Amino acid sequence: MNSNNNILVKLNNAGFRQSEKWLVEGVSLTVEKGKIVTLIGPNGSGKSTTAKIALGIYKNIEGSVEKYTTKVGYVPQKISIDWTLPIRVYDFMLLTETIEDSAIDEALSLTGVIHLKNKNLGSLSGGEFQRVLIARAISKKPELLVLDEPVQGVDYTGEIALYELIKKISDTLNCGILLISHDLHMVMTATDHVVCLNGHVCCSGSPLDVAKNNEYKALFGEKASQILTTYEHKHDHVHSDEGEIKKN
Amino acid sequence: MFDDFFIRALVAGIGVALVTGPLGCFVVWRRLSYFGDTLAHSALLGVTMAYTLDLNIAISVFLISSIIALLLIQLQKRTNLPGDALLGLLAHSSLAVGLVVIGFLTFIRFDIMGLLFGDILAVTTDDLFVIWTGGALILIVLKLIWKPLLASTVNYELAEAEGLNPDRAKAIFTILMAAVIAISIKMVGLLLITGMLIIPAAMARNISDSPQKMVLFSIIGGLLSVILGLYSSLEFNTSSGPSIIAAALILFILSLFKIKQSIKLKN
Repeated sequence: MNSNNNILVKLNNAGFRQSEKWLVEGVSLTVEKGKIVTLIGPNGSGKSTTAKIALGIYKNIEGSVEKYTTKVGYVPQKISIDWTLPIRVYDFMLLTETIEDSAIDEALSLTGVIHLKNKNLGSLSGGEFQRVLIARAISKKPELLVLDEPVQGVDYTGEIALYELIKKISDTLNCGILLISHDLHMVMTATDHVVCLNGHVCCSGSPLDVAKNNEYKALFGEKASQILTTYEHKHDHVHSDEGEIKKN
Repeated sequence: MFDDFFIRALVAGIGVALVTGPLGCFVVWRRLSYFGDTLAHSALLGVTMAYTLDLNIAISVFLISSIIALLLIQLQKRTNLPGDALLGLLAHSSLAVGLVVIGFLTFIRFDIMGLLFGDILAVTTDDLFVIWTGGALILIVLKLIWKPLLASTVNYELAEAEGLNPDRAKAIFTILMAAVIAISIKMVGLLLITGMLIIPAAMARNISDSPQKMVLFSIIGGLLSVILGLYSSLEFNTSSGPSIIAAALILFILSLFKIKQSIKLKN
C-alpha cells in the first residue's frame, strides 16, 4: 500500500441512518491518488449513500470521514434540474468553479459533446446529459472523482469509450476515483479495489478476491462470479506467455 | 435636484429595480414567491414598530422580516405542518397583528393605502439614502454568494459535494430577501412587493437562454416598469405600486410574443 500522503478520502466504520432506518452501516474504505475503488451491490444496498458520505453531503453520520482534498468532481446518480432556470451546457460547465474556455472545450470534446456547448441543458437527451455531467466533473481537474453510475443511458459503444476515458483520466490526472458501476467488465479490468455492499460491507478486496468470495456469489449468483474469474484467466494467460508469473 | 418629489420617487424606484431584478430571478428559480409574500405581509408589523419606537422604517421592517424568516425555519423543523400552511399562517397572522396594533395607535395618522400600495409622495431624501446604500450592500453580498447560490439552485448535492457550502448561501439569501422588502416598501407597498420581484424576472425568463441574461433582462424590465409606472402614476393620479406592477405586466405580456416567435422558428 502507498504511503499515507496519497490518501484522498477515508471512511472509518461509517454509516448513515434516515428516520430510524440504516441506509448503510459499518463501511470502511480508502481512496488513494491514482486508484479506482468500485462499489458494487444490489439496488438499495447503500452504494449511493456511501458515496454521499464520502462527499460530505450527509452530515449526521456514524463513524467518521477523513477528507484530504477539496478538489472534488461529482457525477450524481440522479439529477433533477428545474427548467425554470435557463441554462446552457456552457453555463453548467462553470457551475461550481471558474475554468478556462480551453479546458471546457477539451472536456466536452473528450466526452464527445462539444457540439452541444451552446445548447440549452433542458434540450439534451439522457445520454447526452450524462456525457455533459462527466465532462463537467473532469474539466475542473479534480483530485477526487466520485462517479455514481456515470454511463447510465449512454449507448453501448459510448459506454466502453467513456469507461476507457475514466481509466485514462485516473492515470493522467493521477486522481482517485470512487466509482459505482454495474459493469463487471469495467470492475474487472480497471478497478484496483472492489467493495461489495449490501447494507454493510459484505466483502472487499481485489476484483479477483471478491469474485471468489462466497458472500459475493450468494449476492450476485455463480454466473457473475464466473464473468470476473474468466477475465482473470485471460490475464494470467497473457502474462505466462511473456514468461512472467504475476498474480493480481 | 431631489427637491422635486417626482425626481425623488424616480431615483428611489430605479434603486429598487436594480436590486429586485437579480433577487427576483432567484425568487423565481427557487420558487420562493410565497415566501417573499409572507415576509412582505410581516412588514406591516415592522412599520408599526417604526412609528411607535421612532425608528427608520426600512431598518425596522428589515428586523421584523428577518425574525419572521427565522421563525419560519424553526416552525418547519419543529412541526409537521407543510411549508405553504406555515407561510400562510405567518403571513396572515403578522398582517392581522399589524393592523390590530395600528388600531391602538390612535395618536398617529396612518396612510394605510400608502402602506399597502406604495406612495411616491412619501419618499424622502433619507429614504433615498437607505435605498441606495442598502441596495448597494444587497448587490455586493449577492455577488459574493452568486456561485454557491446558483449552483445549489441547479443541484444542491452537487454544490455541497464540490465544497460550495449551499446552506450558508441559502441563509444569507433569506436575509437579503428581508432587506429588499425593507427598502422597497415605500415605493411599491407591502401587498405588491412580490410582484416587483417576480413579474420582471418572469418576463426575463421568456426571452433569456442563460442565468446572466435573465438577470440583465430582469433589471431592464424592472427599470422600465418603474419609469413607465411612475409617469402614469403622476399622470392618472394612481398609487405608485399598482402603476409600476401594471407596467411590468404589460412588459410580461409583450415578452410572450417573443416565445411564440421562437417556437415558430423551431418549427
